[in-house]
Amino acid sequence: MRYSALALAWNAVTGNRNWTPAWRDAAPRESYDVLVIGGGGHGLATAYYLAKEHGIANVAVLEKSWIGSGNAGRNTTIIRSNYLMQGNIPFYEWSMRLWESLEKDLNYNAMVSQRGVLNLYHSDIQRDAFARRGNAMRLNGVDAELLDRDQVRALVPYLDFDSARFPIHGGLMQRRGGTARHDAVVWGYARGADRRGVDIVQNCEVTGIRRENGRVTGVETTRGAVGAGKVALAVAGSSSRLAAMAGLRLPIESHVLQAFVSEGIKPLVHHVVTFGAGHFYISQSDKGGLVFGGDIDGYNSYAQRGNLPTVEDVCEGGMAMMPLIGRLRIVRSWGGLMDMSMDGSPIIDRTPVQGLYLNTGWCYGGFKATPASGWCFAHLIARDEPHPVAAAYRLDRFTTGALIDERGAGAQPNLH
Amino acid sequence: MRIACPHCGVRDVREFAYLGDATVTRPDPGAPDALARFIDYVYLRDNPAGAHHELWYHAAGCQAWLKVTRDTRTHDIAGVESLNERSLGGPEDGTP
Repeated sequence: MRYSALALAWNAVTGNRNWTPAWRDAAPRESYDVLVIGGGGHGLATAYYLAKEHGIANVAVLEKSWIGSGNAGRNTTIIRSNYLMQGNIPFYEWSMRLWESLEKDLNYNAMVSQRGVLNLYHSDIQRDAFARRGNAMRLNGVDAELLDRDQVRALVPYLDFDSARFPIHGGLMQRRGGTARHDAVVWGYARGADRRGVDIVQNCEVTGIRRENGRVTGVETTRGAVGAGKVALAVAGSSSRLAAMAGLRLPIESHVLQAFVSEGIKPLVHHVVTFGAGHFYISQSDKGGLVFGGDIDGYNSYAQRGNLPTVEDVCEGGMAMMPLIGRLRIVRSWGGLMDMSMDGSPIIDRTPVQGLYLNTGWCYGGFKATPASGWCFAHLIARDEPHPVAAAYRLDRFTTGALIDERGAGAQPNLH
Repeated sequence: MRIACPHCGVRDVREFAYLGDATVTRPDPGAPDALARFIDYVYLRDNPAGAHHELWYHAAGCQAWLKVTRDTRTHDIAGVESLNERSLGGPEDGTP
């Protein structure tokens, strides 16, 4: 069923009895051309673009739980392309462009809202660093504006501009950045993939990766064995566990990142705002809750929940930036498993096992990358060569030394 | 999360700094395959879901390096031991 104003009106007058499921809950068949492991945003987008852009529709997405139950539902829904490094900017900008046409492409309301992403700076030195980042963005055709204190005050008057310790001097604004509705992104891609013939198989956990003579032949799952010509891993958070099934060790540690939402209030935060003197970022959902987060907890974890010192640290960042937030209650918090890579940048590449493809290392920036990750991963799987905008995301860059270290933190995953 | 420091007793996790996997060992730079082994040492990790041996530094306490065994699925700590020069591969007589 194609969604439109006419369909909405017709279903309304007929009692909403004729809506059909947006995708089939498929059972796994004996074999497929391509198996995508992981029914999150990245896996579903990969399957969608495989079918749409490359005509490969004999594809199944295997998800151990329900689709979107992992990190696709455990983020802060921010989209942006305000990167500094050459290997990153074109990729994230391609993602931004795909976000801009996503709803039309999918015929699905993903609630993409280009409300602007504002990074605050608090010193002259930080202003210089942000000017450099903004220039790098503009050289790559990305929008960036360096705003002074008065321009920032006009946009976000509720911040603490005259804080004695961290006065706000201005900000770097990407007006095309913003937010999208995380569940709708998952559902939209699932529906789009399903309509092109992709099987979406839920409650199907992969327990082994079958190989013969160095080539992948399929997977073992909790719903039986499934054969495949190619197997693609898009299981951020659990990448090391899945790769270990094929005998691979990755440059990845799994860490927990917490995020929070406050009680709903009237419209207040009209942009995505990030604090420059600590790690804190905030936006307001359409329901009215303030959605915010900060640093990862900093130790290896598969627990999907964090500890209180990080909660306190995030709240201190919020209080320093906008003291009025102290009047609000936090109503929910959650933790997601981050694939923290050794240089803070992702990996989209082939592996030493023939026919096994890897999509990992998203650190805590995976949501914004969803469309381009799927686009480039599908390109890699279909053509066996990297997509030009993801050409730097090689698995062997840790051997060749061509690292993409945005933060300059070195091989210490909890610092990226 | 709290860590039972062998020297200071049970302390809040915010007193400690995390370094990561305690099972990786620095290769011999003179070995013929030193380059490949250094790449493993610096970049590749087992990253287990389950028991994980890891290094914590008691920065706001006794400043000892500790080897902690922790379940990464539950954060339960099964054991903590203090590291000294000898266990870190230093000279056996304890001289720096």
